[in-house]
Amino acid sequence: MEELDGEPTVTLIPGVNSKKKQMCFDWGPGEMLVCETSFNKKEKSETVPGCPFIYIIRKDIDVYSQILRKLFNESHGIFVGLQRIEEELTGKSRKAQLVRVSKNYRSVIRACMEEMHQAAIAAKDPASGRQFSSQVSILSAMELIWNLCEILFIEVAPAGPLLLHLLDWVRLHVCEVDSLLADVLGSENPSKHESFWNLVTILVLQGRLDEARQMLSKEADVSPTSAGMCRILGDLMRTMPVLSPGNTQTLTELELKWQHWHEECERHLQDGTFASSPRLESLCKIMLGDEAALLEQKELLNNWYHFLVTRLLYSHPTVKPIDLHFYAQSSLDLFLGGESSPEPLDNILMAAFEFDIHQVIKECSIALSNWWFVAHLTDLLDHCKLLQSHNLYFGSNMREFLLLEYASGLFAHHSLWQLGVDYFDYCPELGRVSLELHIERIPLSTEQKALKVLRICEQRQMTEQVRSICKILAMKAVRNNRLGSALSWSIRAKDAAFATLVSDRFLRDYCERGCFSDLDLIDNLGPAMMLSDRLTFLGKYREFHRFYGEKRFFDAASLLLSLMTSQIAPRCFWVTLLTDALPLLEQKQVIFTTEQTYELMRCLEDLASGRPVRGEPGAQRLQEDIENTKLEMLRLALARNLARAIIKEGSLEGS
Amino acid sequence: MEEIYAKFVSQKISKTRWRPVPPGSLQTAETFATGSWDNEENYVSLWSIGDFGNVDSDGGFEGEHQLLCDIKHHGDVMDLQTLSVSQQWTTAHYHTGPGSPSRSSAPCTGVVCDNPEIVTVGEDGRINLFRADHKEAVRTIDNADSSTLHAVTFLRTPEILTVNSIGQLKIWDFRKQGNEPSQILSLTGDRVPLHCVDRHPNQQHVVATGGQDGMLSIWDVRQGTMPVSLLKAHEAEMWEVHFHPSNPDHLFTCSEDGSLWHWDASTDAPEKSSLFNQGGRSSTFLSHSISNQANVHQSLISSWLSTDPAKDRIEITSLLPSRTLSVNSLDVLGPCLVCGTDAEAIYVTRQLFS
Repeated sequence: MEELDGEPTVTLIPGVNSKKKQMCFDWGPGEMLVCETSFNKKEKSETVPGCPFIYIIRKDIDVYSQILRKLFNESHGIFVGLQRIEEELTGKSRKAQLVRVSKNYRSVIRACMEEMHQAAIAAKDPASGRQFSSQVSILSAMELIWNLCEILFIEVAPAGPLLLHLLDWVRLHVCEVDSLLADVLGSENPSKHESFWNLVTILVLQGRLDEARQMLSKEADVSPTSAGMCRILGDLMRTMPVLSPGNTQTLTELELKWQHWHEECERHLQDGTFASSPRLESLCKIMLGDEAALLEQKELLNNWYHFLVTRLLYSHPTVKPIDLHFYAQSSLDLFLGGESSPEPLDNILMAAFEFDIHQVIKECSIALSNWWFVAHLTDLLDHCKLLQSHNLYFGSNMREFLLLEYASGLFAHHSLWQLGVDYFDYCPELGRVSLELHIERIPLSTEQKALKVLRICEQRQMTEQVRSICKILAMKAVRNNRLGSALSWSIRAKDAAFATLVSDRFLRDYCERGCFSDLDLIDNLGPAMMLSDRLTFLGKYREFHRFYGEKRFFDAASLLLSLMTSQIAPRCFWVTLLTDALPLLEQKQVIFTTEQTYELMRCLEDLASGRPVRGEPGAQRLQEDIENTKLEMLRLALARNLARAIIKEGSLEGS
Repeated sequence: MEEIYAKFVSQKISKTRWRPVPPGSLQTAETFATGSWDNEENYVSLWSIGDFGNVDSDGGFEGEHQLLCDIKHHGDVMDLQTLSVSQQWTTAHYHTGPGSPSRSSAPCTGVVCDNPEIVTVGEDGRINLFRADHKEAVRTIDNADSSTLHAVTFLRTPEILTVNSIGQLKIWDFRKQGNEPSQILSLTGDRVPLHCVDRHPNQQHVVATGGQDGMLSIWDVRQGTMPVSLLKAHEAEMWEVHFHPSNPDHLFTCSEDGSLWHWDASTDAPEKSSLFNQGGRSSTFLSHSISNQANVHQSLISSWLSTDPAKDRIEITSLLPSRTLSVNSLDVLGPCLVCGTDAEAIYVTRQLFS
């Protein structure tokens, strides 16, 4: 048994007195049903009225958020697009394409964050405002983690560009700088602004040295005493060697230059060039990567990874990826200084710096309430071929497990199930089976929804599910007396048995009422008639009626005979068929030939002999009497017809 | 097809319709309505598209549609029409039968209006005729069809045309008494359910229908009982078909397979030959396949009914940038087109014929 990673949270069910009564529960696909039982915990049963409700408890409430729905939909599009281009991803462009996909995901997260932020500002009551704000911070954390994973795992930046990417990463996530910059620049006297020095410091901390230099020049303009120092510091800032993208320097060249520059800064500090201005001096110390100076700026840095990146920028700009985690660990320790313990986000980032992908995913799964993040990130990393086939206890690999969990969560939602289908499609081992189980349980309230579900099943050759869904719909239609709909459902499912059922219903209606209902359907069956024998019989029988109505007696007669002899007529209907033959037999002209009459007689005798002769009282007797009378009439009519036919066929064709 | 704007709206869209502009005015369409489905609470929403003249510096958000207002709707929104009305007709459609002893409501699948009359059809095979100012239905045809009626459209004012799930078109005349259709047309071969129908705006005998197998059929209701041409179109159910109201040589279809096609049967030559050079469009040429041809007066020939396969070719363009989940609905008005999908996105373009 695995040990728990954290304490389970307690959720109180409103209206249920959990001290007095017991509760029962049952698991569903993504939720739990809970209700109160009538068992008391301690005392004997008192009939205290309890809570009459059944509660549905969901862990994942994100799925019901309006704004997050956009995230799910847009990322679904990106996911499907990624799976589809997988085959085309080869060679050099592969990495670029995957990075592009990763950036797409991130932009979707950011768009969602932006919208959530707007909602938080516009919120009417503080509680929902708080909720939106906490969502914003969760989304921001997700984007932070994803961005770092993109840099380390997908982009796989080597030493040199690695630092540039990390700088971008930090700059993206500390956004107050730009607004502060605008603030200060926009003021009357920038260098006298109260946050002026904070701004300059943070610009230096973020490696934005050009802008810092501009700020310093403003200060130089205003106070001539420090103009000289500002100029020198500004020159140092300008000459700091950085690896610009597209630059053809090698790493060792950069190292050398940087070492040289570092020594120059050191020299200025030793010489006391900035001694008269403590602020400028601390800026110089920062640029030398002095840890104590950096730690003084804890507030401006705000978090340990900012500290880490700044530290790397000014002391080890050519850091290699594998060495990152040393610096990360020490930065975390230094920054926290033993006062506080690392938070889940810190652990996740640390695991990323250690290149431990599995740990990252595991920690994210625990920290986040929804599988969205881990499922998509794992899938993308899997495309980068970074996950070994790490088999879990139940046979599928991690990517598939996460995708299945995510998709199952989608299916629990009344509307997002359509997205879940595509996720199951791309789970090779258990996806199809899961889809088969889930898709049958979608409630079908309108025909249009049923059609969409059926289309999904047909596209994946899930014939069993098609049959079962069509059967349910056809049965509903039969109950509502929509026989045409029922027939069209059974045609779609190629369900002969149900078509037989519908035809029997029609025939029964005919027997009861003496006429056909829904002639528009029966007259226009078309090739569907071949689906089942009974249906064919129905169609042909109606045709017989039509022939009779059009007075095409010979056609009607031969059709009637073929209906009887071809065995597609149900036994119970034979009496009706034979009775239908009566008017034909009674016609002035002889319609049935002798052969045909012999056939009819044979059928009649078959019918008569097949029925058990029992003497029973009451209504049964009456019924039997009627039957017997009918048979007698038929026998008489057949005999008469036979006589006329023999005579007609025997005589010369005179008439 | 230049710019098409997409916006994700957190609800699956089942219907979109432009708000009609007054006839003869030079305005173009500005507002459209959408209906959602499959939510616990569905909404009918009104949207306005972005302003025309303002050019934004980053050009990004210009043209994005904004929500004006919305209202809750009980059940899925199946069809939308614009009319000013102050009534609500509940239980217009219901099932009765041995299995449902009391009336249980049946989904109403289609609505069409021609001020002030409103016609509705539903899964119960019933046709109702309402007037905007009457409380009760003016006329009801019970059991008009034994299967589900999927869509309805006006043919001429007292006549309507319905399509059902056994592949039949039926024409009903409200002037006549009785519950029988005045004409029945049906497909040859398999009785594939028909999902949508639209009438040619100028030639009232030309009708287009879309079926469950994605087949587009063109019918001439004056002649014969079979379609004039059958065009293999989409790979899955075709949900809506629309003739362009002012350029009827253009037809638009959208389908469950996630695509929206623009069919151009106009015979102005210059456009067609240069089509292959335009990157970004995917278009194919398709020629008619004729199944039945009766005598057609040459003078009234419509490009949709014409018979010469070599001469008249229809150009088909796919309008959506990438394949998505089902496109449930579309509407065209002037140069503007709007469509809604199951991926909870609404696409709008204002430059159809660029």
